[in-house]
Amino acid sequence: MAEVSVRKVVKEYEGGVQAVKGIDLDIADHEFVVLVGPSGCGKSTTLRMIAGLEEITSGEIWIGGDVVNDVPPRDRDIAMVFQNYALYPHMSVFDNMAFGLKLRKFPKDEIKRRVDDAARILDIVPLLDRKPRALSGGQRQRVAMGRAIVRNPKVFLFDEPLSNLDAKLRVQMRTEIKKVHQTIPTTTVYVTHDQIEAMTLADRVVVMNGGVIEQVGTPQELYHNPASRFVAGFIGSPAMNFLPCRIQDGANGGLAVRVTDSIIVPIPPARVDRYGAYKGKEMVLGIRPEHLFEHRDHGKPGWTRVDLPVDVVEPMGMETMVHFFVEGTPVCARIDPATHAAPGEMLPLTADLNQMHLMLPDTGRVV
Amino acid sequence: MADGTSVPIGGLASAKSAGRKTAMQKFAQRRSTTGFLLCLPLILLVACFVVYPAFYAIYLSMLNKKMTAFVGLGNFQFLLKRHTFQLVIFQSCLFAITAVVLKALLGFTLAHLMHNIPGKNQKIWRGLLLVPWVIPLALSTLTWWWMFDPSYSAFNWVLNQFGFANVPWLGVGWIARFCTIAVNVWYGTPFFMIMYLAALKSVPEQLYEASAIDGANAVQKLFFVTLPMMRNIISITVLFSLITTFADFDIVRILTAGGPQDMTHVFATYAFQVGIQSGDIPLGAADSLFMFPILAFAAFFVLRGVTKRTKEIAA
Amino acid sequence: MSASVTERRVAVAAQRKNSLHRQRMWALWGSYIALGVFVVMFLVPPFYTLMTSLKSSAEISAQVGSPWLVKHPSLENFWYLITYPNFQRYYLNSVIVTILTVAVSMVISVLAAFSLSRMGFWGSQTLSTGVFLTYLVPPSLLFIPLFQIIGQLGLINNFWCLVILYPTLAVPFCTWIMIGYFSSIPRELDEAALIDGAGYLQMLWKIFIPVAMPGIIAATIFAFTVSWGAFLYPLAYLYTSNQMVLTVGIISDLIRGDVFQWGKIMAACLLASLPPIVIYAFLMDYYVAGLTAGATKG
Ligand SMILES: Nc1ncnc2c1ncn2[C@@H]1O[C@H](COP(=O)(O)OP(=O)(O)O)[C@@H](O)[C@H]1O
Ligand SMILES: [Mg+2]
Repeated sequence: MAEVSVRKVVKEYEGGVQAVKGIDLDIADHEFVVLVGPSGCGKSTTLRMIAGLEEITSGEIWIGGDVVNDVPPRDRDIAMVFQNYALYPHMSVFDNMAFGLKLRKFPKDEIKRRVDDAARILDIVPLLDRKPRALSGGQRQRVAMGRAIVRNPKVFLFDEPLSNLDAKLRVQMRTEIKKVHQTIPTTTVYVTHDQIEAMTLADRVVVMNGGVIEQVGTPQELYHNPASRFVAGFIGSPAMNFLPCRIQDGANGGLAVRVTDSIIVPIPPARVDRYGAYKGKEMVLGIRPEHLFEHRDHGKPGWTRVDLPVDVVEPMGMETMVHFFVEGTPVCARIDPATHAAPGEMLPLTADLNQMHLMLPDTGRVV
Repeated sequence: MADGTSVPIGGLASAKSAGRKTAMQKFAQRRSTTGFLLCLPLILLVACFVVYPAFYAIYLSMLNKKMTAFVGLGNFQFLLKRHTFQLVIFQSCLFAITAVVLKALLGFTLAHLMHNIPGKNQKIWRGLLLVPWVIPLALSTLTWWWMFDPSYSAFNWVLNQFGFANVPWLGVGWIARFCTIAVNVWYGTPFFMIMYLAALKSVPEQLYEASAIDGANAVQKLFFVTLPMMRNIISITVLFSLITTFADFDIVRILTAGGPQDMTHVFATYAFQVGIQSGDIPLGAADSLFMFPILAFAAFFVLRGVTKRTKEIAA
Repeated sequence: MSASVTERRVAVAAQRKNSLHRQRMWALWGSYIALGVFVVMFLVPPFYTLMTSLKSSAEISAQVGSPWLVKHPSLENFWYLITYPNFQRYYLNSVIVTILTVAVSMVISVLAAFSLSRMGFWGSQTLSTGVFLTYLVPPSLLFIPLFQIIGQLGLINNFWCLVILYPTLAVPFCTWIMIGYFSSIPRELDEAALIDGAGYLQMLWKIFIPVAMPGIIAATIFAFTVSWGAFLYPLAYLYTSNQMVLTVGIISDLIRGDVFQWGKIMAACLLASLPPIVIYAFLMDYYVAGLTAGATKG
């Protein structure tokens, strides 16, 4: 078990592509950290540098109190699970799991004990004699995890381990991974492009974009206090609505957000100080679909009524998504399925402005 | 490290000092060094027994018979003026082109016939049809020689049964030329069939279905679907076979040894005769080198086709 | 009225279906018949070899009746060859040369293919191309300078020269197809092995070779075929019977002047063709995969 630190790490591939542009990250012992971000943002590169599969252009990587920049993968005492499982096709499940231990010259009975333990944890004891090709996707995934577990390494590294599974199995394996981490709380770095996977698994989520870290925080922090428009848009499904707006004087000495001539909403008093400096400026208003819901008569402070013309209605059973256009910008609301909404009609909505975000239009920074 | 059994690689401790190459760089470098070392046997083999002999051949070809004096391009000029050598050039080209065309056509026909029959039966037919390619050529050519035997041979006996006179198979120039080509076609057709069959199988079935719905008949399917899809494999196979056929030695050497009246000699057998049997090494080397331009030409296009194909597969 | 129209329609449809079916059947049977003709033509020489090999010298020299059939089959030719020291010698030499050639070729090409497919170094691309070009160099292009070189090495009339020279014919193609097979192994497999603690040679031995076994078999068969059947080099470089291999031994030993012992020659051909045919009968799929790999793998 060990902590992992990434200090000012840069990765430049031959040809001058900077895949990682100087990132800093400290991962505590036993922590489950998920790197999330769109495809090509440098998550895998970061993970592979921690693994030692990719050389570091500059910066330092520490594992368990040692700089490991110069240590080849096998001496870093890490284990990795790959997207396509990378099981050795010619070896049985047992041999796949035992391979690393055999190469490290563990005694036979010790190997057997460890493999059996791991197989029990992962519920693959009956599969030990099979070849990988005789396994289903989920079973292969378990074996790949078993191969990591038996080594009892300092750090587990996962690179999109669930992307090759179908949707249902993915959810199931997600729970499985979480359970394994609760049983064996090894420091884990987990890469995915799926924000739901990130939110459900992580102690802390690292959102990356274009080779830099946008924000690090617990899932709750990222959801409620995104640091940038990118994070705000990336976390949450469906994505947050973004509306160009202007801050102006409101009633009773407060402030108001003017979206269009007909949509001018008051800023909750608690936020007036925070936004005071931006009076008269062009900003972007961010509000999640779940904070736009059907109008209720008994409101709370900060709840404001807006009426919007319905464009498309998507019933999903548990809830209904309603899409609108506000001056050409698409807006989505998540409403109670019992509410009547028909295309072309005006729908009265409540916006929970306690959950609003204001960001700068140029840098995307949330203020 | 945690289990204390892993072996640290050399230089790990010293690598932390600034200004030195890091061990990770060494690791990468070691990777390419190891890579080079693993290739070294191959490089040595090719350098010593392919590249060096090639240059040595050029050097040898410019010496006189006793290998005591430098004669420049004298051997090449001498050869070109010789009637026998003119026959060699003609026969080599005739032999290679005719044989390759016949092999390609027969191979294509066979591959199509094979493609027509159900997959489970293909294996046994393929097994039977590949036999000529499997028997070592030098040995099967001996059988052909025996079948062409003038006195009591298999073919002449059959001709006699139908009331025809004996044919001096290997005794008359043009007939002997035909015989060498026939043996080569017999030997090489299975190779074409196998290559084309593999290519045919890689044409997606949907293309045929789509063209059938578009109203294409069998011939149109062949010309608008099959051939374009197989163009690359066909050209690779043809060029490749052109090289091996052009450089063939075994058939002519065993069947006719170049006769009658040197009419069946090809470059390889003629080089063997003048270079090894008559001991004029430089002349033999010069003779072999005449093959080079044609081989290089074909090799260039094979390589281009193969590169293109690799890209197609990668894409 | 309407009933008769429907009836007619059904009849037409049935007829059409029938004719389509019949057309298919014709195509199928036509294919079988044509293939049968080809098979007969292709198998005439091996059949004739077998027939002749079963004839006694007396039967051959009598020259009566059909040469295609054997009247008094006997194994006398085979027995003669099996007990004939020279033939035993050729066989043994062929086996020694082939085993060594295959071993040398496979070691060289597997190492090189591993390196060329995974461990890029300066010039490795060029080397891959070079390997392919070497494959296109026929033996008859270089046998004369090689004659001189072998002479300088003192290996003329010594079958060890074949062990040196045959790999030049086998290695390029073997390397080429092994590169193809190795390249199709996903890179994550190496990385998993690296993390599991394998060195490069362990990776090659414990992962690459077992995973690419079909390729190894195909390449081995190719090296075997080349070595067993080669004719030009032994003909040019060997001249005493204690050094000869089968292909040249049969010709030089059983053909004395213009006396042809056809029965024995054919029996010898049969015995000499046996190993390739047996290997091919059991491993045809690998053999075919190897044949086509050159063009389809890369
Ligand atoms: N071996 C490589 N050579 C050059 N560029 C690479 C290489 N691997 C990845 N990249 C580039 O680096 C960027 C980050 O890649 P990666 O870390 O794999 O992204 P992801 O976040 O999807 O895992 C991408 O733009 C990719 O094109
Ligand atoms: Mg990735």
